[in-house]
Amino acid sequence: KYLAYEKQVKSPLQTIGEEQTQNPYTELLVLKAHHDIVRFLVQLDEYRFASAGDDGIVVVWNAQTGEKLLELNGHTQKITAIITFPSLEVCEEKTQLILTASADRTVIVWDCDTGRQVQKVSCFQSTVKCLIVLQRLDIWLSGGNDLCVWNRKLDLLCKTSHLSDTGISALIEIPKNCVVAAVGKELIIFRLVTPTGESLEWDILEIKRLLDHQDNILSLVNVNDLSFVTGSHVGEMIIWNILDWTVQARECNFWDPSPQLDTQQEIKLCQKPNDISIHHFTWDEENVFAAVGRGLYVYNLQMKRVIACQKTAHDSSVLHIAKLPNRQLISCSEDGSVRIWELREKQQLAAEPVPTGFFNMWGFGRVNKQASQPVKKQQENATPCSLELIGDLIGHSSSVEMFLYFEDHGVVTCSADHLIILWKNGERESGLRSLKLFQKLEENGDLHLAV
Amino acid sequence: MISAPDVVAFTKEEEYEEEPYNEPALPEEYSVPLFPFASQGANPWSKLSGAKFSRDFILISEFSEQVGPQPLLTIPNDTKVFGTFDLNYFSLRIMSVDYQASFVGHPPGSAYPKLNFVEDSKVVLGDSKEGAFAYVHHLTLYDLEARGFVRPFCMAYISADQHKIMQQFQELSAEFSKASECLKTGNRKAFAGELEKKLKDLDYTRTVLHTETEIQKKANDKGFYSSQAIEKANELASVEKSIIEHQDLLKQIRSYPHRKSKGSALCSAETQHAQDQADQVATTSNPDESADADLYTRRPAYTPKLIKAKSTKCFDKKLKTLEELCDTEYFTQTLAQLSHIEHMFRGDLCYLLTSQIDRALLKQQHITNFLFEDFVEVDDRMVEKQESAPPKPSPGRPPSRSLDECPIPQVFVSVGSYKSSVESVPIKMEQELGDEEYKEVEVTELSSFDPQENLDCLDMDMKGSISSGESIEVLGTEKSTSVLSKSDSQASLTVPLSPQVVRSKAVSHRTISEDSIEVLSTCPSEALIPDDFKASYPSAINEEESSYADDSEGAIHFQASISPPELGEAEEGSLENTLSQTDSSCCIGKESDSLRVPLSTPAHTHSDPDGVVSSPPQRYRQKDQGFHVDFAGENASPSRDNSSEGFPAFELDPSRLLASRDVSKTSLDNYSDTTSNMSSIASTSSDRTPSSAHPTGPSSERHKKRAGQNALKFIRQYPFAHPAIYSLLSGRTLVVLGEDEAIVRKLVTALSIFVPNHSRHAKPVKHWVSSPLHITDFQKWKLIGLQRVTSPAGAGTLHTLSRYSRYTSILDLDSKTLRCPLYRGALVPRLADHRTHIKRGSTYYLHVQSVLTQLCSKAFLYTFCHHLHLPAHDRETEELLASRRASFLKLNLGLVNEDMKVVQYLAELLKLHYVQEPPGTGHPTLRFDYVPSFLYKI
Repeated sequence: KYLAYEKQVKSPLQTIGEEQTQNPYTELLVLKAHHDIVRFLVQLDEYRFASAGDDGIVVVWNAQTGEKLLELNGHTQKITAIITFPSLEVCEEKTQLILTASADRTVIVWDCDTGRQVQKVSCFQSTVKCLIVLQRLDIWLSGGNDLCVWNRKLDLLCKTSHLSDTGISALIEIPKNCVVAAVGKELIIFRLVTPTGESLEWDILEIKRLLDHQDNILSLVNVNDLSFVTGSHVGEMIIWNILDWTVQARECNFWDPSPQLDTQQEIKLCQKPNDISIHHFTWDEENVFAAVGRGLYVYNLQMKRVIACQKTAHDSSVLHIAKLPNRQLISCSEDGSVRIWELREKQQLAAEPVPTGFFNMWGFGRVNKQASQPVKKQQENATPCSLELIGDLIGHSSSVEMFLYFEDHGVVTCSADHLIILWKNGERESGLRSLKLFQKLEENGDLHLAV
Repeated sequence: MISAPDVVAFTKEEEYEEEPYNEPALPEEYSVPLFPFASQGANPWSKLSGAKFSRDFILISEFSEQVGPQPLLTIPNDTKVFGTFDLNYFSLRIMSVDYQASFVGHPPGSAYPKLNFVEDSKVVLGDSKEGAFAYVHHLTLYDLEARGFVRPFCMAYISADQHKIMQQFQELSAEFSKASECLKTGNRKAFAGELEKKLKDLDYTRTVLHTETEIQKKANDKGFYSSQAIEKANELASVEKSIIEHQDLLKQIRSYPHRKSKGSALCSAETQHAQDQADQVATTSNPDESADADLYTRRPAYTPKLIKAKSTKCFDKKLKTLEELCDTEYFTQTLAQLSHIEHMFRGDLCYLLTSQIDRALLKQQHITNFLFEDFVEVDDRMVEKQESAPPKPSPGRPPSRSLDECPIPQVFVSVGSYKSSVESVPIKMEQELGDEEYKEVEVTELSSFDPQENLDCLDMDMKGSISSGESIEVLGTEKSTSVLSKSDSQASLTVPLSPQVVRSKAVSHRTISEDSIEVLSTCPSEALIPDDFKASYPSAINEEESSYADDSEGAIHFQASISPPELGEAEEGSLENTLSQTDSSCCIGKESDSLRVPLSTPAHTHSDPDGVVSSPPQRYRQKDQGFHVDFAGENASPSRDNSSEGFPAFELDPSRLLASRDVSKTSLDNYSDTTSNMSSIASTSSDRTPSSAHPTGPSSERHKKRAGQNALKFIRQYPFAHPAIYSLLSGRTLVVLGEDEAIVRKLVTALSIFVPNHSRHAKPVKHWVSSPLHITDFQKWKLIGLQRVTSPAGAGTLHTLSRYSRYTSILDLDSKTLRCPLYRGALVPRLADHRTHIKRGSTYYLHVQSVLTQLCSKAFLYTFCHHLHLPAHDRETEELLASRRASFLKLNLGLVNEDMKVVQYLAELLKLHYVQEPPGTGHPTLRFDYVPSFLYKI
């Protein structure tokens, strides 16, 4: 009577059928509020998040119910950066603030409990492209064509001279009151001079320029207390020592690793040279996960090599990735899909009694008595692990710009189709609804428990 | 006014017997009276009609002071409907039983004419000669130019089926009250306008006269007045008096109890506003000052005319039409309401009762009924729910309000409470106490009719018509039971009594009347009590007070008799009982004539459905209704035993038999299948097109029937109907893809009967889309008709469809394929058996409804079992719960495979709906499963 339904699309892309038993997201809620591309999502607390994008508005949502809590209007042009500004722990009033920078050359501080616009700075010479909060010092920095340092009250403490016309594309904080700014191909280390007994002035000094990248630096993240990592447009990934700013490791042969020889030919045919730009990094204690072009790579910090990769994880560039606690990885891409991956050891290793074969060279991980054994095997095998696709989330009709993972509420994705989608664990939601239902019954006095 | 019919004071039998109770086989709430002639082997639908009209209609008549009773219009306005039926004659008959008699006079102790805001009277009468039975609703409108300022009108619902009138009395009364309220509101507005004009005229006249007098005074300085001057002065004085009189009238009409008309849904907010203002005017200032501020004066500037002396009493001989009397807007609204009534009560009584029972039962399932039921009923419930929200003090709540808020007839209210009203006030009857034998016969006659209470009354009527040979009888009116002594009804509160307690069992014989009109009971029955009458006499305008106390008493009476103690909130109703009865009424006797009959009535009573409605907890009321049915059934059961004795009364009254058969015929036509429609029915069905204003009643019936028919076709035509229906039931959006819009729409409509609703507000069905689908569409719609576009632009549509294929099942009408998940359950085969013997669409629709209702109850059980969803104690794991759920679904609910998913989906909807505050407002989530799809081909 019936014929099995066949997949129409045949592509090198790893696909997963409609049966996704490991995919827990069986419920979705479409949130509509924006009128243009939604580019940023930022988590405010355990149940709220804010979204922002090219329409210049910031919307605060309830991640559980999908309820729109606030709409913050103030920017006239698209928002270029958004960051939360947590209140000081010593501070009594726990008002949650967010900072937004916009192409209208302003930065606005919002109180996201009331939706009030706390303050607005509009003295910028250029668009602020990145924001960073140094909570320890209770200051924040804005990066455009120059780097400015502000305190909580929005007083300009100090600023650098004009750095470049392209502006600062990324900023991170590193120890010793230093920050790293990615400006074009260069990494610039700045040191903040905090007021001491002698001078009450703040100052910011350029310490060093690192010129190891061949092309524009697209991504810059702190990996741990010892290193940070940068990725460039031509697929160079450099791991730096966070203290002395030296290169710890470099990986730049993403387009030509070896494992999947069978598909390699195909990949080369369809891959454009610029398809290896590194858009985003994420990390855990052992690995750095890189979104390289359309692919995903797992770089082991200890072994200083790629241990798993998925060269065509998506149909087009991967824009954002995140690591989930259970060895899972989520990626989103310009092709409008979100995919969930699991890092698995390959078959021969899976037979081993050791679940996680690698221990951290800095000793954060479990010290495994059998640690030497997997290392041996890895040397035999090109990539000891693999990224298995366990599910995909199809909902957006355009590029998925970013997503947020909530431990309790699921995944929130935002997209160029102006939508935000809340993906939820259907089973858990069902349980929560039951809980609510019986709570309400109890409130109404309609709950009669049988003895 | 027509002379009074013979009226016999009401007496009530205090004792009653417990009737033997037999356990009925079928739950009584499902029982509907059988066709009474069935035992005679007669074809119930054959037309044997004494009635000269083809189906029920509404007649509006006027008692014109110039030409006497005359018919004004009928609804539907089609001569075919009433045929050769003599409207003039019937108008005469129905106008002659008006007991409300309102008029303006100079009551003793009052200097000015008083307007009397009378309650409408509601009477049932029968004309066995004509084979016509009517619910007659009398009302009085004001007309400045009419004698006594009043124009008596009446609206009558005329049917050949007496039982229909009797059993639907409450509903008819409720609906007609709305229409009447609307007319009267419009009339008050128009009347006030008239008065204002008149006042301006008078004012102008006074000025003119005054000037003339002044001139004469000046001209005449001799110190005495010429006869001319005296005449002028008299004229001036009479104008002054007239002004004062009219001002007083205006004040009266404006001070018409505001709350009285407050809730009237038909009358617009404007009315309210007007009323509000009127109140203000009445209380704060005198009418002249505020004249310009008033809404009543919102009309083009009026040029006052000079009024000739004595012309004030001169009537323009051309009387105003009804439309002029009531303001066009209100008149149109009234007509709409009346045609709504006509729609509502179309068809056979059995049908009406079944659907009412159906609706009432559905209302009880307020947690699940949103899933598959119609929105009309559901909206109704919403209203009630809102209504029940604030615990309101009943006092001051006018009856009209609650009436308006329950557009759907309250079956059980009527079945239950009407009984008491009709039967307990026999007029012109001799009591036959303890005549058991006779009684039994009576009961037998009626045995097949279940709400037996009514039957006692019907009986009496039957006997009346047999013995008297006269043709018009008033069969009953509402408000009769309030005659129950106060102490009596209060007594019923203290003990939870069974309905029988309250029910009066007085059985009476009617004496043969010489008069051509027999009144079985009249409307203001308590007006028989002279005290009431006297007490109420002076207060002309405060009748609104009178209504609530009595109402509440009515409610109590009703509730006390039926509500089991656990319905805690019913007690609230009983509290009202303790309110002292305000027995003011607004009756004013006609001075001159001998007709000192009770003329109008305070809104009283038991029978009034509003009495019931006014008790705050609506939810419980529904339960009450349910119980009521039960009791009604119990009462009926003994008679059933004797049913073999036949129906002598019916045999003796062939004209009645004819009449009811006629009705049956009509209704059969109305509900026959479209497919089997004969050409003659075309006209019937064409005027049954659903009106947007009232999508209820038989009109939506046709929709259901069509949908059922097409669904049946689909099931027979497509072997893969089961997985398609499973998709719908489990919340997976079904996209019906096709090129031909008409075909797609038809199928979508047909399949929509399987789609569970998310809330009460919107059915998640989109009949036709031509643009590419979006993820939000799947969240919103569960059934979509999609246009297949062959042009390149259509590729996008197909692309998105394949992209979102995991959320959808796709039924391709052009290539006759279905792509959807596998279904192996047992539920859908029962729901949609392609070998079914069901042939009619409406039957199939009902079949679907019943299966789905069963499904809903399973979902309800599943949803509301605490231990299935939450751990019984802390140590229980989620896995244990899951296995308990699974075994519950499998073993307790008997569900296999995919059927579980259907129930789980419905359970989610129930949870969502129950938790939401207010229900139906939350965000719908799109739930889906990652399951493989298969392609089915024919």
